[in-house]
Amino acid sequence: MFFKLLKRELLRHWRCRQDLINPLVFFLITVSLFPLAVTPEGQMLQLMGNGVIWVAAMLASLLSLDTMYRDDYHDGTLELLLLQSGSPYTVVFVKILSHWLTTGLPLVLVSPILSVMMQMNDEAIKAQMLTLLIGTPVLSLIGSVGMGLTVGLRQGGVLLSLLVLPLYIPILIFGASAVSAASMGLEYIGQLGLLGAFLMGSISLVPLASVAAIKVSIR
Amino acid sequence: MNWQWFHRLGSPKWFYAKCTRWLPWLWLICVTLFGFGLYQGLLNSVADYQQGETVRIMYLHVPTAFASMMFYVTMAVAAAVGYIWRMKMAHMVAISVAPVGAAMTFLALATGSLWGQPTWGTWWVWDARLTSELILLFLYLGFIALHQSFEDREVGDRAAGVLAMVGVINVPIIHYSVYWWNSLHQGATVSKLDKPSLDPSMLSALMYMLLAVILFCSIIIIMRLRNEILSREQGKQWIKEVL
Repeated sequence: MFFKLLKRELLRHWRCRQDLINPLVFFLITVSLFPLAVTPEGQMLQLMGNGVIWVAAMLASLLSLDTMYRDDYHDGTLELLLLQSGSPYTVVFVKILSHWLTTGLPLVLVSPILSVMMQMNDEAIKAQMLTLLIGTPVLSLIGSVGMGLTVGLRQGGVLLSLLVLPLYIPILIFGASAVSAASMGLEYIGQLGLLGAFLMGSISLVPLASVAAIKVSIR
Repeated sequence: MNWQWFHRLGSPKWFYAKCTRWLPWLWLICVTLFGFGLYQGLLNSVADYQQGETVRIMYLHVPTAFASMMFYVTMAVAAAVGYIWRMKMAHMVAISVAPVGAAMTFLALATGSLWGQPTWGTWWVWDARLTSELILLFLYLGFIALHQSFEDREVGDRAAGVLAMVGVINVPIIHYSVYWWNSLHQGATVSKLDKPSLDPSMLSALMYMLLAVILFCSIIIIMRLRNEILSREQGKQWIKEVL
């Protein structure tokens, strides 16, 4: 059941490739706006690069949350899946997992290019990838609750960011601080450990909240 | 022990009747407390040896900040009770508490910024407590906005309930991560119960104001709750009898 659902989700994402590419393009454009707005000077970029990349990744992940439930909700597939699969938990979990595989993971893979463009050093690039690798699943997980709650609403987009962004803050803090620690040659295993703790905590708790959220929307 | 009084709280009719009787007395106590607190705070307590008279903003700042956090937990507990046991009164409480809590959060931020200007020399610093108070304001606004955006009130209740439960788990995490990130705010001085580092005259003023603000908020919440009951139960027989 799990793999059947996963295959279906991934296929669904693959068939509307626009949804796969849009977050990545958004990510690239947002990050490249900052040198234009602030300064193209290397020192400055190095200082703020970690934060800029993290915020852009967060917003890209937020914008792509729509693809998680919306289409399936509108054509009734989601309702059928929840009713017939026997385990709403599995459905929600697979949806979160596939959202991460299709948007979070590409962001992680693209991030080194942007880190190089932001003049970050090797250690910082490695830390950036590692923190994004651990952090983006948490973004997908927390976002799924917000998306579940707003999927039935007509103007869910702005509301979604109001609901979800405050909950993203701890990830942003530890993610960005790990990278800036790494760029100064300091140890950042502590921040990685905390991010890992967030990941474990949210994997075990968030899908339950997400099921409750989606049930509110579907009834 | 007889728990009947407790179960009765779940009945809108009973609650409405009780509130109507309590409100004048609550107002009386509240105004008295404000009177004592303001007299003690503004006239009868010592000025700070460093901050001078500006320290008196504290008598509004600390109670509102305390209330802002207390009412978030109240709201979340009420929303959870409403979600789990499907009690409509609990949802009404959560909905009535939210705007009051948001207002207190805003007041705490505003008074803090007025206090910060003369003492720290700036209106706003990205300090841990200020930032987490700001995030608390966003959480309140999210709750209110989510509830408002559903046409069906009961669906809105349940959705906001889920959000409040997720939020209340996150509040300590957010608080400590922000704290770890940066802090220059002075540490907590009142929580040390054995020997507070505040002057006794300041402490008593603070306690009066704390009680007064919480009571004031409770009165506003009760009044909002009465309106909420009236609007949700409209058309019922007992409402026609009451009005």
